Amino acid sequence: MSNQTMTASMKKQRAKKIDWSGTCLYFKQNWQLYVIFLLPALLLTFIFKYIPMGGILIAFEKYNPIQGILGSPKVGLQYFQQFLSSPDFLTYLGNTLKLSIYGLLWGFPIPIILAFLLNRVQRTGIRKKIQLALYMPNFISVIVICGIIRIFLSVTGPINLLLGTQINFMTMPEAFRTIYIASGIWQGAGWGSIMYTAALANASMELREAAIMDGANIFQQIKVVEWPAIKDMVVIQLIMQVGNIMSIGFEKVYALQTDLNLQTSEIISTYVYKKGIINGDYSFSTAVGLFNTIINVILLVLVNKIVSKMNDGQGL
Amino acid sequence: MKKKSRFLRYSVQDKTFLIAGYTLLGLFVAAIIVPMLYIIVASFMDPVVLQNKGITFDFSKWTLTAYQRVLSNHQIWIGFKNAVVYSLVFTVLSVAVTVLAAYPMSRTDFKGRKFFNVIFVITMFFGGGLIPTYLLISNLGLLNSMWAVILPGIFNVWNMIVARTYFRSIPGELREAAVVDGANDVLFFFKVLLPVCTPVLAVLAIWQFVGMWNSYFDAMIYLDDAAKQPLQLVLRSILIQNQPESGMISDMQSTAQRAQLAELLKYATIIISSLPLLVMYPFFQKYFDGGIMVGSIKG
Repeated sequence: MSNQTMTASMKKQRAKKIDWSGTCLYFKQNWQLYVIFLLPALLLTFIFKYIPMGGILIAFEKYNPIQGILGSPKVGLQYFQQFLSSPDFLTYLGNTLKLSIYGLLWGFPIPIILAFLLNRVQRTGIRKKIQLALYMPNFISVIVICGIIRIFLSVTGPINLLLGTQINFMTMPEAFRTIYIASGIWQGAGWGSIMYTAALANASMELREAAIMDGANIFQQIKVVEWPAIKDMVVIQLIMQVGNIMSIGFEKVYALQTDLNLQTSEIISTYVYKKGIINGDYSFSTAVGLFNTIINVILLVLVNKIVSKMNDGQGL
Repeated sequence: MKKKSRFLRYSVQDKTFLIAGYTLLGLFVAAIIVPMLYIIVASFMDPVVLQNKGITFDFSKWTLTAYQRVLSNHQIWIGFKNAVVYSLVFTVLSVAVTVLAAYPMSRTDFKGRKFFNVIFVITMFFGGGLIPTYLLISNLGLLNSMWAVILPGIFNVWNMIVARTYFRSIPGELREAAVVDGANDVLFFFKVLLPVCTPVLAVLAIWQFVGMWNSYFDAMIYLDDAAKQPLQLVLRSILIQNQPESGMISDMQSTAQRAQLAELLKYATIIISSLPLLVMYPFFQKYFDGGIMVGSIKG
């Protein structure tokens, strides 16, 4: 009996040992993969991504630089309560959501429509020229785009000259979202259409010819041949953009803000910046940022689940 | 002729649809081109005429003043120089680190692949946020250093996934053959794999370069020194904050004149600062279509 257990445990040990030396051998043969290839990325990820995650602690304490992250007095959820109970909270959350949801509603279909239209331009030369023009605004920087917007909409700018009016659009809270979203479409719709255009170009030409032979009109061709070619892509793009609703970029909003349009233009990320970097209110700012991140994570995880279900079980 | 006859074959309904579609497309293109042309023409105007009447085509009154004033300003050139340095250094380091990591992650026989993948992907979903990152940079002593702008973004998980996907599309026989010939991973990667992966390298390089060239946030919070500011920050003070660099307009007598001139200078500034990327863009356009597909189909 005891003999049997002995041998069993010895066998187990041996198996472990063999496994261990096998792993050793593997690392000996493949050390380059870890040390040369992966290590730089791992180090950078650890330093610049994981260490700041530890820094989130300051959202739960009254941080002061002398006592440091670990030594500052703990205050629990005080800063979250302070933010969630302030009247500004709903305004900023609402501004963030409205800006990105309206942006999505207006901005999402346009690249798809552009791709359908481009696909109907038969002469390659002309199509290439149109594409060149459509993609161009994507290469203009945020600052320059916002500069252009400000010049065009200023009291003495071309829009007012054209209308014969003297409206200062940049100071109107009710104009901010329209300005932001319309200029976003102006800049990004062409670029956003690239992948749809490419997918449509790959859609079987034979299938389309056959549909034409069968007397299908353009609507029917789109329904039978072209839409199926991009349908999955459209759905995945839509879901991914929904997942990014809370991560709307800081740079453009901040560059379009004026003191007078803050009522609609102050979003969570600009608020975090002003509270944290400008006012030096580190703990409160981190708490607000963390609140935003958590909603974002929930959205992204949900979205990733849905995408991987659609994408043969392959998420990120 | 063939094209024309095909158009004639369409039914009335289809023709109406097509004409409406082409018109829409034409309007969109016009909406992009017209403002750009306006800016170009406006940059040659006399400031007073520009403010009162907008652009005119009276060529005798056109002037290069705006360009002379902008180009003779030092801060613009410092900005250009910094932007080129930051963007080049960032692009080289970023592409190198990213494709290096993508190689083991693309190999199904790589032990620990799943674990490392989780470590990387978590950072796409969750992060410390603005202040913890700022405090880290400050503790590392990187405030007011170009590395504060460059280092944090070097390894980009999304780009790693794009490169990984591309590497997987390369036939495995290539590596088997290299292994038989006695090549180790480093040799195989640099001598065999990278040379057949230039399209994805080009796409990643362009993404990173354009991204760094056009961004201003990190530079705004980390770099105080005027001598270290990249172009976008210089542009920000001219275009957004309405504070032209000193010397650009200070010789003007009245406030009104200065305001008019400042407005004119904005147009020239926009042209000068956007020209480099816009001129380069048609040359690397061909890389984009392929690269976008790489990133979009399988995430």
